[in-house]
Formats: sequence, structure tokens, C-alpha cells
Amino acid sequence: MYSFTYTRAKSLAEARAMLAKDHDAKLLSGGMTLIPTLKQRLASPSQLIDISRLAELRGIADKGDCVEIGAATRHVETSRSDVVRQKIPALAHLASQIGDPQVRNRGTMGGSVANNDPVADYPAAVLGLGAIVKTSQREIAADNFFKGMFETALEAGEIVTGFSYPVPKRAAYAKFPHPVSGYAMAGSFVADTGAGIRVAIVGAGPGVFRWKEAEAALSKSFSVAALKGLAMPSAGLSNDLHATAEYRANLVEVMTRRAVASLTGEK
Amino acid sequence: MAKIEMTVNGKKVSHEVEDRTLLANFLRDQLGLTGTHIGCDTSQCGCCTVHVDGLAVKSCSMVVGQANGAEVLTIEGLANGETLHPVQQAFSECHALQCGFCTPGMIMAVSGLLKDNPAPNDEEIIQGLEGNLCRCTGYINIIKAVKHAAVAMK
Repeated sequence: MYSFTYTRAKSLAEARAMLAKDHDAKLLSGGMTLIPTLKQRLASPSQLIDISRLAELRGIADKGDCVEIGAATRHVETSRSDVVRQKIPALAHLASQIGDPQVRNRGTMGGSVANNDPVADYPAAVLGLGAIVKTSQREIAADNFFKGMFETALEAGEIVTGFSYPVPKRAAYAKFPHPVSGYAMAGSFVADTGAGIRVAIVGAGPGVFRWKEAEAALSKSFSVAALKGLAMPSAGLSNDLHATAEYRANLVEVMTRRAVASLTGEK
Repeated sequence: MAKIEMTVNGKKVSHEVEDRTLLANFLRDQLGLTGTHIGCDTSQCGCCTVHVDGLAVKSCSMVVGQANGAEVLTIEGLANGETLHPVQQAFSECHALQCGFCTPGMIMAVSGLLKDNPAPNDEEIIQGLEGNLCRCTGYINIIKAVKHAAVAMK
């Protein structure tokens, strides 16, 4: 690793002030992506500002028709939270499938979403449920937050502080993990929400996206049968040594059917 | 440079180290606790697993400042004097190791797993050890040892 300084911020305001003063500083949350990146010398921040212990960014709250989760909430906390398991079991399940136990004990929701790795899991839930991303200066609807590979609507110095997830009528997440890394080669989050059916896909493309054709089909009939014959176009999907775009397109279809089947009981 | 203070295996320690020092290197180089192994150094293999404030983590993927003030437990702190921890005993009895390189990390991960789930089934054990690689055993005896330890710890 290149040299850097490490500071544990005492408050969100302090973290913001530090970021504003030093454009080469980076925020550190769980560090499950950032530290390996630094070790490969793919980044050379001047300083790491640790925001993972800030009380302002922690906690899970049941707000009736939505669940609010702080950005520094660890995957293990989301996966085991009684509130999340009861209100949005698909989100608890998704969290329990991220990486491995050691990663879930450190990694945070805010870190994962702000990083917006195309193969990360959380963006599927945020977009699939139509959540609101709360930051140090505003609230951003999920549909306006994700901007493609590792890109988000976040501006320089803006800090993700938490999420507000509307409670869906029902939702499910199915993913095909890469057998070595555990990252999604394709993951499909299907949600039957108050605002209609939403299907968010991760892993397959350069960033999380909604599969609108599947949403339309499921809106007519929420069933695996309704997806029959519906093909995911492979154009624009990732094509690398792990899988071809065509293979990923097929995985998207299969994962979406599995997510729906887990809700309808179809085979 | 920063002054790092933490409790490791019940003892308070304090050292001045560079901010970029990894927890794994701090344990090995500053404290001489070389039971924590660095295998892949890319957070895949889990050989460097230790407990920080009661949670199993990969110490090669944390800078030491993140553990400042924490309670850290390494493989050296698991046994009670000459009496092995039940997970260590089970690994020995079930022949759950061959070369032994992954074993400290495996044992720390298993003791974390059993804290959360005192009676895991095969699938839960496999999922619970997803962050740890063993290139010798084929995992069969490791799974056996986890079950053996679970019974012993009842």
C-alpha cells in the first residue's frame, strides 16, 4: 500500500469538513473493497477517514411502511435484524448471501452502495425496492442514484448516511454467485411494491438496471408462467473470462424466474 | 505514525506504527503472534482470521487503526493454558488438518460460527466456512470436526 494517514471521524460534520479540505481523502467504512484495492496499489488516497462508528450512520428502525437503515450498518446486522427479517425478508436474505461471514462482519450497506460495484448485491435491493438514498445533503431516489459502473449521483464530499426502504407486499432476491469470489454473476431482485412491480438486475451488466420487460410481464400476471418466452437481450451485458454476455443473459432469466417462483410456489 | 492500543488475548498492548499497517502485520510483526497466517493477502483464504470485538474478521483486510481500542482474540489466546479449546481439540481428534497452514484461520472462523449457531448442519458449516480455504483436506474432516466441537461445547 502507498502511505496514507488514518483518522476516525468523531462526527459526520467533522468527516465532511475533512473531505472538503482534502480532495485526495477517502471515506472508509467496512473497508472490504477499499482495503484490498489499496493493497493492490490501485488507489493512493492521502488519508482514510473512518466513518464506520458514527452513531449518526448506525441503526435499523421500523417506520411502519418503510424500514430505515443507517449507512454504517454491517451486512451481518441487516441479515439478522428482526425488523428487516419481518418487514423485508428478501433484504435480510440478500445480506446473508454477501461474500463470506468475515466480510459480512465488516462490510457496510453504505459502503457497498456508494461504491456501486456492478457485481455487488445491495444495489439490487435499493433499486428493486425503490429505496431512497439519504446523504449528508439530500435524499436521492434509487432510480436517480445509480449511474453505471462504479458511478453514482454522489457529488464530491457527499456522504451516504442511510437508506429508507419502502416495505413491499412481497419481494425476493435470487443470485448466481461466482463460484470463487461469491460476487453475483447475475442477481435478480423482484419486488411487488405499492408502486408496481420492480425487477432490478445486478452482476450481469456494467451496473444495476431495471428489467422493464419483465416488470411489464409480471404486472399482468405475477407468475413464472408470465416470464415464459421473455428473453433478456445480451447486448450490452458483461462479456469477460468468467462468462459470455449470452450466458449472463440466460442467468438473468433463470434468476428472475427463481425469485418469482420463491414467492408464488411455482416450480 | 499513530499510537495503537488494544487488548490482544486479554493483555493490553501499545505500539507506535505507520497508519497503513495491517492488523495481520501488527499482530505478527509487532506482537510476534505468528499463529495468524497471511496466506493469499487478498482477503480470499481466511488464514488471517481473528476475532475483533467478538466477530471473526480477516486481519489482512483491516488497517490497524480500525482495531484501535478493540478486544482482539487470536489463535494464541484460544486455549486455556495447556487445555486446548474444544474446536482445537476437535480438529486434532478428527484429523481436520494436514499441512496446517489454514488451521488457525479455520479454527477462529469455526469458533465464530459456533458462537452464532451452536449446532450447525453440513450446509450451514459449508456456508459458515465460505471465507476459508483449505487445499489439503477436501473439507470432509473439517466439517466432521465442527460437528464434534459443537457436541463438545454443548
